Amino acid sequence: MSIIAPGTKVPPFSLAREDGSKFTDADLAGKTTILVFYPFAFSPVCTSQLQIYTEALPEITIDGAVMYAVSTDPSFSQIAFREQLGVPIEQLSDFEPKGAAAKSFGAYFEPAGMTNRAIVIVGPDGCVSWSHLADSPGDLPGVNLIIDALAADQASPTAV
Amino acid sequence: MRDLSSLPVEPIGPNDHVRIGNGEPLIVYAEFTCPDCAVAAERLRESGDSVCFRHFALAARSPRAVKLAIASEAAARQGFFWEFHDSLFADQGRLDDPHLWQRCELLGIDLARFEADRRDPALSERVAADVTAALRAGATGAPSFAVAGALQSEFPAASS
Repeated sequence: MSIIAPGTKVPPFSLAREDGSKFTDADLAGKTTILVFYPFAFSPVCTSQLQIYTEALPEITIDGAVMYAVSTDPSFSQIAFREQLGVPIEQLSDFEPKGAAAKSFGAYFEPAGMTNRAIVIVGPDGCVSWSHLADSPGDLPGVNLIIDALAADQASPTAV
Repeated sequence: MRDLSSLPVEPIGPNDHVRIGNGEPLIVYAEFTCPDCAVAAERLRESGDSVCFRHFALAARSPRAVKLAIASEAAARQGFFWEFHDSLFADQGRLDDPHLWQRCELLGIDLARFEADRRDPALSERVAADVTAALRAGATGAPSFAVAGALQSEFPAASS
């Protein structure tokens, strides 16, 4: 499964927000959105990932970008995970139908039935501006990659 | 705001903490509450290899780790960085302030000066600068080891 390519319009999708409401492709309009797909709440690498990204959140969001964390865990597990870590990154659940959104982004890991380790940045126009699929779900992408991608997007002549 | 765009691991400079032993110093990013960091530190100490210690203490992971990093810098001001470093890693079950004061007494660190230095913003900035440099180099956890200008989580094969 290939990760969604830069320049591609985001497909229609629906995820569950922590409050039970829906988060869809319509919610991406008008702002830069960073979707961090991670395998499992409470797993070691995912824990490190959210902690490290939280450390860099002031820099990530300085120009208005919003970061969300996406997994196939149910919202109750995601909320418990986020609260235990004490991190502010809102969780989006791809629980039912399982992995449907992740599959549409090419961010699902079929062999283990889980969200893959992937990052997708969507511009205010609803098109993917950058995407990254880790070599393996156990590889944690450094936050510098996100900062570089956001900076490149800002420098782009087509940036909105 | 910090610049967290990608940058290779910084070469060793005059402000680094370097313990001279065998060979070129191995740069290690670590923090004092992390058990794996303690194992790596002991392994390096026993090997007699040269080592350069840099802080990778994340507030999102452990606020105490940040305070300990700053405390180690306060000890460094009195020339006791490595003694304090070894002492913290040798007993990670005793990392509260009274335990630090006991360490000061044992090591011969002036406690009043230590306590005053811990509150000097320059020391927290020093720790934050290490963390920023680590994130720019793509650090995804502690300990991280610099090999050929890049960071890796595995203990380098050449150092054993």
